[in-house]
Amino acid sequence: MTSRRMGLFALVLTGALALSACGGTTKENTDQSSSAAAPGAATGAANPNAPLKQGLKITFLPKQVNNPYFTVAQKGAEQAGTSFGAQVKATGPSDASASSQVTYINTAAQQHQDALVLSANDANAVAPALKSARKQGLKVVTFDSDAATDARDIFVNQASTQDIGAGQVKLIADALGGKGGEIAILSATPNATNQNAWIAVMKQELAKPEYANLKLVETAYGNDDDQTSFQKTQGLLQAHPNLKGIISPTTVGVAAAARYLDSSSYKGKVALTGLGTPNQMRKFVQDGTVKSFALWDPSKLGYLATYAAAALSSGQITGAQGEKFKAGDLGEYTVGANGELVLGPPTVFTKDNIGQFNF
Amino acid sequence: MTAQVDVAAAEVPRRTAARRLATRIGRVRELGIVVALALVVVPTAIANPRFVQPQSIQDLLLNASIVALLAVGQTMVVVTRNVDLSVGSVLGLSAFLTAQLVADHPGLPIIAGIAFGVLVGAVCGVLNGAAVAVGNVPSLVVTLGTLYVFRGVDFALAHGRQINAANLPDALLELGSAKVVGIPVLVIVTLMVVLLAATHLRSYRSGRELYAIGSNPDAAVLAGIPVGRRVFGAFVLSGLIAGLAGSMWVARYGTVDAAAGTGLELQVVAAVVVGGVAIFGGSGTVVGAALGALLLGTITSCLVVLRIPAFWQQAISGALLLVAITVDRLLALRLSRALRRINAERGGDGG
Repeated sequence: MTSRRMGLFALVLTGALALSACGGTTKENTDQSSSAAAPGAATGAANPNAPLKQGLKITFLPKQVNNPYFTVAQKGAEQAGTSFGAQVKATGPSDASASSQVTYINTAAQQHQDALVLSANDANAVAPALKSARKQGLKVVTFDSDAATDARDIFVNQASTQDIGAGQVKLIADALGGKGGEIAILSATPNATNQNAWIAVMKQELAKPEYANLKLVETAYGNDDDQTSFQKTQGLLQAHPNLKGIISPTTVGVAAAARYLDSSSYKGKVALTGLGTPNQMRKFVQDGTVKSFALWDPSKLGYLATYAAAALSSGQITGAQGEKFKAGDLGEYTVGANGELVLGPPTVFTKDNIGQFNF
Repeated sequence: MTAQVDVAAAEVPRRTAARRLATRIGRVRELGIVVALALVVVPTAIANPRFVQPQSIQDLLLNASIVALLAVGQTMVVVTRNVDLSVGSVLGLSAFLTAQLVADHPGLPIIAGIAFGVLVGAVCGVLNGAAVAVGNVPSLVVTLGTLYVFRGVDFALAHGRQINAANLPDALLELGSAKVVGIPVLVIVTLMVVLLAATHLRSYRSGRELYAIGSNPDAAVLAGIPVGRRVFGAFVLSGLIAGLAGSMWVARYGTVDAAAGTGLELQVVAAVVVGGVAIFGGSGTVVGAALGALLLGTITSCLVVLRIPAFWQQAISGALLLVAITVDRLLALRLSRALRRINAERGGDGG
């Protein structure tokens, strides 16, 4: 009796959760009135002198809505859209799970948008939806985290994977002041494309003779969640008594780790660096918990990605290597191998310069 | 006196001693969870002595304190044969609004900020309670709905804004790490709430009536218990406690955006069930639920300390949860058998 009711309850609960999983936070409904504004016009050869089209419809799809990092990127995308007269619509899931973006990609295709600018939650989970959207004429630009190469036209990389990974290792080596010791990485989710690429570079760097005194003992995953990142930081410190430094190449993780170190007996004994926003990290840099950390300007990233989307839709570029286009205030960019653009080297923030930034 | 006791009479004290022990264990229904907790902590501590350092124990208690608080409110609702799935969203809303208030008004006393967070939670609780008690809608449906409504309101108000440690007054952040005689303040607050709720549920008429409602709602109505009012009250308390947990979240984590506490409700329901609270109402204690939260938090932490690969941690965490429930269930069964035997021996001299 009780067990049957228990089963029923479990059934209702799972059903309810499955139902809720479909109810994301779509801001716009299907826009039936939109005309198919010649989306296939840009196929064929690139014409670098083609003017940017007016009234382009661009969907901006972050990993998750309400993530402050993507909110800043979205501002840049909207700013770019305004500057060349395009309509930029932001929409997206409220969780960053692998498959959560698929319905939003399908919706953008159904709405006959001209271009989709997205940061992929999972390189492969979104690929089939992206391919089908491209068949329907959408131009796909990924930024921050790439999708499978054949599923998008251009990937706008915040900084080259090499620059970021090598930069992070250098920052932790500097923070440890040549003494070296055991270090750990506190990452986001285990399947995040960008995180894994940076971690791979960090491992290559650590194998170099100049970092022989640094020993990577563990990579933990805080799932970009405050509570989990807190617990994982504590766990790292307990599991490795000789841990001297932590690299957390994710904005949520580095802030959580900084807050934990700040309030624990490990403050001042364990160095921390990573990728964080100046606003999040200001307090911890000022009180000495963190010496330095790095990041690019997310608004410039959104800005460049949106310009790239417009250049693709207007036929200025096709995504082939060596093509050039002008990205508004940021100047001219050249498409690299595998349809990749690089924003520029990341900025390093310290006590001395953090006051100049507000994002 | 004892010198005069003969051999035949010696049977009697032994039996009463056994009964006393059984009733004492019966009162400490939470023993199963304590045993499970020991089964997790002791091997981990042997493998890595750092696990039981003062800093580490403080962390374990702190990590559990927010879920434990929510579990206390949840218990009050669950014993009435209802469920409050909106607690994670209420926490998020309260955390964001509290953080925004104290960040925008730096001169405000901390206690006013916390009181505001509690008030936000209470308002959410009133909405839930009214829909369930007055509207007579099943609580599972109501709170599943408000889970999204409150989170949506949170998203709309936050508009992507994030409040960081640098924006928050130091006094509030210090509260998150402050200690009194070596015990973190947040843990003390949680213990106080557990104590108050436990006393209310055990010794007060309105508290006992919650169990009566959960055991048999129809009988409760016939017995003249104001069922609607009591259920409403339980939801308001659950909301209020979630509001308090929200302001504590701000003090602890220092970084708040609209996503704070997403998905927490399932951890809370798990803690309540592990804590021996019957999901269909009528029995269970807040102490058990709070210990359930501590057990779940400890399992998560010990897997990290034991260096279990990240990919396996979730699966193992779930399996350990099942083991914990099994241990608890076995102890409960053994106890009820023992009580039945004692009753049979007493030959019906009691009820």
